Amino acid sequence: MKLSNKTKVLEQGEMTLAERMYLPAIVGGMATTLKHFFSKPVTIRYPEQTRYLGPVYRGQHILKRDEAGAERCTACGLCAVACPAEAISMVAEERKAGEETLYREEKYAKVYEINMLRCIFCGLCEEACPKEAIFLQHDKMVPVFHQRDEVIWGKDKLVEKMDHRYLRDGWK
Amino acid sequence: MELITTVFIAKAIIVGVVFAITLGVAAYSTYFERKIAAFMQDRIGPDRAGPFGILQPLADAVKMFMKEDFIPANSNKWLFIAGPCLSMLTALMTSAVVPFGDSVTIGGATFDLQGIDVNIGILWVFGIVSLGVYGIMIGGWASNNKFALLGAIRAASQNISYELAMGMAIITILMITGSLSTKEIVEVQQNGHWNIFYQPLGFIIFIICAFAECNRTPFDLPECETELIGGYHTEYSSMKLGFYLFAEYINMFISGAVMATLYFGGYDYPGVDFVTQQFGSNVASFVGVGALIGKSLGFVFVFMWVRWTIPRFRYDQLMNLGWTGLIPLAMYNVVVTGFGILVGKPFMVSIAGLVLLIAALFVYDQLLVKKKIA
Ligand code: SF4
Ligand code: SF4
Repeated sequence: MKLSNKTKVLEQGEMTLAERMYLPAIVGGMATTLKHFFSKPVTIRYPEQTRYLGPVYRGQHILKRDEAGAERCTACGLCAVACPAEAISMVAEERKAGEETLYREEKYAKVYEINMLRCIFCGLCEEACPKEAIFLQHDKMVPVFHQRDEVIWGKDKLVEKMDHRYLRDGWK
Repeated sequence: MELITTVFIAKAIIVGVVFAITLGVAAYSTYFERKIAAFMQDRIGPDRAGPFGILQPLADAVKMFMKEDFIPANSNKWLFIAGPCLSMLTALMTSAVVPFGDSVTIGGATFDLQGIDVNIGILWVFGIVSLGVYGIMIGGWASNNKFALLGAIRAASQNISYELAMGMAIITILMITGSLSTKEIVEVQQNGHWNIFYQPLGFIIFIICAFAECNRTPFDLPECETELIGGYHTEYSSMKLGFYLFAEYINMFISGAVMATLYFGGYDYPGVDFVTQQFGSNVASFVGVGALIGKSLGFVFVFMWVRWTIPRFRYDQLMNLGWTGLIPLAMYNVVVTGFGILVGKPFMVSIAGLVLLIAALFVYDQLLVKKKIA
């Protein structure tokens, strides 16, 4: 049964002379490959050369500080809840008097750990965070590690360094 | 006695050098195969071992030797070992009769730059090449694996089919030269009278058959991964597999050298006389060696180029092409060449023969073949 008139029946006759000789098609194909032989490779020598992957590439996590240098995270745990891989864990602590320059909110994360073997770099922690504290850097990847004690990343590795602040394209 | 010793030493040196060149070229063919493949696919290719990856063949060899050398329990142990050895042996033996250069004179003695100048030269090549399939056959059979056996059977039938057309393409060369000796075939072609001009059709037939004999794409059905896992070398590992693969590259180089010898004037190159006058005949001979190796490498490149361009044939297409395509063509070529020799104008007649053939096929096509409705 015909459902529409769009079907076209292709009647394939015997191959023509040129097709049966194979050679013209082969020579044509060889011309194509020769053209590619001299064209620029599309791949790069990866670890030595890198490519800009865009402003939204999800790389290594960072715990942001605010302009004054206080940690933004308030240990609300939303990122841990959002995390589909259950990679995040934290211990909260109340801010003492005199620590205002260190922590932006009254409660902060004393311990903040990401298990880098569990993390799937989905970026949901970044989406979930109400304080704009955690981000996945677009220009930095988690380096390869070989030891078990390198798997869990604590605050020492995650919190932003003041002399090396993270700025994403499009931010001011 | 003195003379015999000198000749022996000279031959030993030539054989050694030919061996070294062949093996070196084969080793680096593996590297260039991968590089060329990469370039044709817009990639960079192996570049980790040494600058530009030029130590890659070394790394490959180390890898091959370090792997477990496995012999299946139910295989025929000795034949399993003999298979790759035979492949390697026959691949290396072919180069004996290829004239790598004209003679050189050192200290009053003249040496031919050739392993042996036997008067059955080209038959030797032919014989050894057909022996080469035994390596594959024995390996495939001894593996006691149905895929290996299928691959081996394919190799055998393919080689038999294409040897016929190849032999007939060579017959025309013999008709022109009047000798089986490779040296003489090259001598006749000196000064630009290359056989390719007199035998364009013969050359096309020969190169297609050479592809088939080397089991190179598009005729690599014996080791067709998609159908036969690995074909005849499914069960092979370590350096035994390495030998099989290596033999393929040696075959490629040697068949390039044979094609250069038969159709492209061997060690002939434009300006031989000039070089001889300026620098003497020894230098001219060595430049000739370079010319031959250059031509062979050119053919090796064509082999690789084709491999990374076209997919492999189906088995029935392969048989069809061999028996109903190439063999009648080769016969036609013999007739045309004979006619050319008879009237004394081989060049004109060969071109006329080619034009006539294409015209005839075209007319046949127009009259009889149902057209496609596109
Ligand atoms: S990126 Fe995804 S998986 Fe990784 S910590 Fe954040 S939410 Fe979890
Ligand atoms: S990073 Fe954001 S979401 Fe996670 S605990 Fe800190 S403030 Fe809450």
